[in-house]
Amino acid sequence: MAILVDERTRVLVQGATGYQGEFHTRRMLEFGTKVVAGMTPGKGGTTVAGVPMFDTVAEAVAQTGATATCIFVPARFAQDAALEAIASRLNPVVIISEHIPVHDSITVVAAARAAGVRVIGPNGPGVTSPGRCKIGIMPNHLFSQGGVGLVSRSGTLTYEIVAGLTQAGLGQSTALGLGGDPVVGLTFQEAVALFNDDPQTEAIVLVGEIGGSAEEEAARFIQASVRKPVVGYIAGRTAPPGKRMGHAGAVISGSEGTAQAKITALEAAGVRMVELPGRVPQALRAALRA
Amino acid sequence: MKLHEYQAKEIFASYGIPIQKGTVIDRPGQVDEIALTYPVVLKAQVLVGGRGKAGGIKLAATPAEAREKARQILGITIKGETVRRLLVAEAADIGAEYYLAFTVDRAARRLVVIGSAAGGIDIEEVARTTPEKIVKMHIDPFTGFYPYHAREIGRKLGFDGKHLLQFTAIAHSLSRICTEMDAELVEINPLAIASTALLAVDAKLIIDDNATYRHDGLPRNEELTELEVAAKSQDLSYVELDGDVAIIGNGAGLVMSTLDMIAHFGGRPANFLDVGGGATTENMAHAMNIVLRKPGVRSLFINIFGGITRCDDIAHAIASQPPSVPMVVRLTGTNEAEGRRILNDASIHAYLDPEAAAQEAVRLSA
Repeated sequence: MAILVDERTRVLVQGATGYQGEFHTRRMLEFGTKVVAGMTPGKGGTTVAGVPMFDTVAEAVAQTGATATCIFVPARFAQDAALEAIASRLNPVVIISEHIPVHDSITVVAAARAAGVRVIGPNGPGVTSPGRCKIGIMPNHLFSQGGVGLVSRSGTLTYEIVAGLTQAGLGQSTALGLGGDPVVGLTFQEAVALFNDDPQTEAIVLVGEIGGSAEEEAARFIQASVRKPVVGYIAGRTAPPGKRMGHAGAVISGSEGTAQAKITALEAAGVRMVELPGRVPQALRAALRA
Repeated sequence: MKLHEYQAKEIFASYGIPIQKGTVIDRPGQVDEIALTYPVVLKAQVLVGGRGKAGGIKLAATPAEAREKARQILGITIKGETVRRLLVAEAADIGAEYYLAFTVDRAARRLVVIGSAAGGIDIEEVARTTPEKIVKMHIDPFTGFYPYHAREIGRKLGFDGKHLLQFTAIAHSLSRICTEMDAELVEINPLAIASTALLAVDAKLIIDDNATYRHDGLPRNEELTELEVAAKSQDLSYVELDGDVAIIGNGAGLVMSTLDMIAHFGGRPANFLDVGGGATTENMAHAMNIVLRKPGVRSLFINIFGGITRCDDIAHAIASQPPSVPMVVRLTGTNEAEGRRILNDASIHAYLDPEAAAQEAVRLSA
């Protein structure tokens, strides 16, 4: 099963002719993703890695049957690109681009909600269902298929933990990066709900970080509705208040968004919290045995 | 980017929000040149909060007193920030104080208006102790904020008659500032009833750093240290901390967890530095240069998980620029074998296990 993307997903890449877009189009194809179209205004009729390019999303969808999109365009064009994808009901809309103004993200997320479409990101690594489909920039070689669903706000930390899981013989159903911005589409709570309903997923790993209250909201949901084992890790315990730690959304504002508040909420919801990312596999094993 | 009070008030005034008459000075002698009606209030222009308690706000009844007070405030340090400018404004006769702000509600993923009749104090404190005194309204991203929304909030805060109309105009202007200037936060605290009219006694405006490209003429305020400015110019994400283990990693989450690891094993991180996705040899060399410039650094921990970033690029930078302090490298991921070979040729050991590496970095800092 897996969540969000699988072997039926047909992917459009917006910004496929750019440096990152082309590089990752090739990596997605190598992974086995059905990348069926690319789109860059003015580049219609050309190809990238054998994939046909279009000038508009509507044309790409009409001619290739694309069902989902991966957006690599520069931040200042990302709102336009995302709204164009939402207008064509592509789902999910995965936004890799970093530095998108938060007011733009608010509009995109609202438009997606109104259209019944899921946005993943912005400022995230995308989503990978091993053996089925990868949309985004996660390194191909880390994954193995299995029963662990992983959701994170970070890219590299996701890779680190996935690599540890694979090494420990714990394959993944889907690994998902929500994005490091203050306003993102898919939330922890929604991701956990999807994993909870996914027959392939036996256990869930939640990797949070300082800033906002999305982990606390997920904790409430886990307590009320999730019976699968959940292991959690929160990055940023040593982060000082008021400083943005790399991600636009990783900032403690006043008393909101501390690592301790998130750890406390998740522990209270029965999540097995680990202190270091390398200890996720061990905690998962214990949780699966329990 | 945070604006100073006087900068925010200039913008407020251009949107028709009433503020006290005032001027900015950076020398006590300038008090003589300003045409204001006394008494005046002198306010330290710093980006940190809590300046009132720190002695950064004083009243003066005469020009002589204003000069003396200006001398007292200019040059003091408030939470690490030196006071270089004062806003001198005509003191207002203030009655009831209110709070009004537009900001991003991360959880709702919308803009939110927050109002309170308990203004003049920390709004978080109000929210914690008397949440019933807070009025919140989310803004529909498609239709926006209209005067009727402002009137509804104004009524809930207890305004009527001409004060309700004044409040409506101010709230509507504030909503326009929020959207037109890409504000993360625009706040009036206190919004006060002064003699006859509502007045924005203080002003706070934070512009989204990611949106500054579409706003001309913004001031260049930096709350950053010298090293943070140097890092920013190289597109490196750097935050100075107070420990002695310098840190370089790739990816915000990984670097945060690296700091946590150092602390977990009893060390104190000197900084946060994310070289970013796809860092080149040059980026990495800049990163090493910046973290090692901080005084008191005793060891350097480089924690790289290569995704888009290639281990060989990172290794070239490390091998060509041996650091001035003991160094621990953890290197794994894309092009790992080549990266390790480059380091090996330079007689540098590379760890695979981040925890073992972190422990060694802490040991070397002791």
